[in-house]
Amino acid sequence: METLLSAARLSLLVSLSATALIGVVGLGLAYLLAFREFRGKHLLDALVSVPLVLPPTVVGYYLVLLFGREGWLGGPLYRLTHWSAVFTWQGAALAAFVVALPLMVRVSRAAIQSVDRDLIQISATLGKSEWDTAWHVVLPLARQGILAGLLLSFARALGEFGATLMIAGNIPGKTSTLPLSIYTAFQNGDDTLAQTLALLLTVISGAVIYFANRWTASRWM
Amino acid sequence: MDVALDVRFRKTLGDFSLDVSWQAGCEIVVLFGPSGAGKSLTFQTLAGLVTPDEGRIRLGEALLFDSESGVNRPVREREVGYLFQHYALYPHMSARDNIRFAHPHPGSPEAARELDGLLQRFHLEEVAGQFPRALSGGQRQRVALARALMRRPRWLLLDEPLSAVDLAVRRRIRAELKQLQRTLAIPMVLITHDLGEALAMADHLVIYDGGRVVQAGTPSAILQNPENSVIAEWAGSALVHGDRVFSF
Repeated sequence: METLLSAARLSLLVSLSATALIGVVGLGLAYLLAFREFRGKHLLDALVSVPLVLPPTVVGYYLVLLFGREGWLGGPLYRLTHWSAVFTWQGAALAAFVVALPLMVRVSRAAIQSVDRDLIQISATLGKSEWDTAWHVVLPLARQGILAGLLLSFARALGEFGATLMIAGNIPGKTSTLPLSIYTAFQNGDDTLAQTLALLLTVISGAVIYFANRWTASRWM
Repeated sequence: MDVALDVRFRKTLGDFSLDVSWQAGCEIVVLFGPSGAGKSLTFQTLAGLVTPDEGRIRLGEALLFDSESGVNRPVREREVGYLFQHYALYPHMSARDNIRFAHPHPGSPEAARELDGLLQRFHLEEVAGQFPRALSGGQRQRVALARALMRRPRWLLLDEPLSAVDLAVRRRIRAELKQLQRTLAIPMVLITHDLGEALAMADHLVIYDGGRVVQAGTPSAILQNPENSVIAEWAGSALVHGDRVFSF
């Protein structure tokens, strides 16, 4: 019971943190990819989306290269602060962020692109800045897709296993999220715990997907 | 005539080329011609949504576009009241919020005062809380027009303002638009492919065909002296009596 609670609490912390970050970064990227033309756009698009098809262990490996104690970013950070994302819940959140980001970007970008161009152009004729138009016209009209993207990302973050294992390890009470705890319980022959955890994860993820689908289906007008 | 609007530009889009030149005073200008003649593209160019290949667009003293000196004022600085053909009302805002949004400072008491004035002027008080999907064609048109005015335009571009309005109310709206132009005393350009409407509305008529201006002038001058056989044919189908026009 204690394992279950601590794993659930940790999973929630990791997934919510990752989703919050995805809400900001993913929405920005979606807007950029939907409306702007710039050099390297296709490259950025591919880079954001590639975790969808890469094995999560590969994503995790790159994260360790980047954020590990000897990593390109992690090295200087460690020398400066004596803190590293490796084997921490923040590391797990980072893994969840990278793996779940493409879902947010793809779903919300599609929603942003489906906003009637006339409505964006009329805003310009009314003297509105791009920021005003984005905030008052584009985002409200795309909000169902944006919410669906957030929900899908949350669900994906909740189920993240491979990349998390690579960067954060599987430390009970510290980085053992629900999926990792299932693995441990199964390995240790604790079938009851494995079953309970699996069921819990299935129910939460199922509910999230159900609402994500409903929200994408409903539209203005 | 003081030239309030001086338009001369060329724009090629795929295999369509638009090459037009016309001037107008502070009056009602009607762009008339068949679909695909380039009238809407002219509007998009005037408003700055489309950049011409070359030319010059001047509104009064203000230079909006000039390919020679590299002037190209952005859309939102052109101070235009642009009525799109299907009005482009924001579906997620009530009629009131649609209009209010166009004010430079939507939250200000000043905006609230102007909003009340416009709602009253366009008889929209009763439907102010409704969303666009619940409004009739005529009501949508009035909301869109009120929204365009809320922005305090220096000129108006109305793309087929009556196309989504019942025949029965068209005549009344024509009169209201004329009245509006006289009150605001700013150039009002409107597009139509309905000859009767063109003749009834225009102080100055610009006839488009195939991306060119085939004739421009007052309606009576054009009717009396049509430039080519196509216009003569149109003119022949219209009967003008005083300021009333009957077209067949």
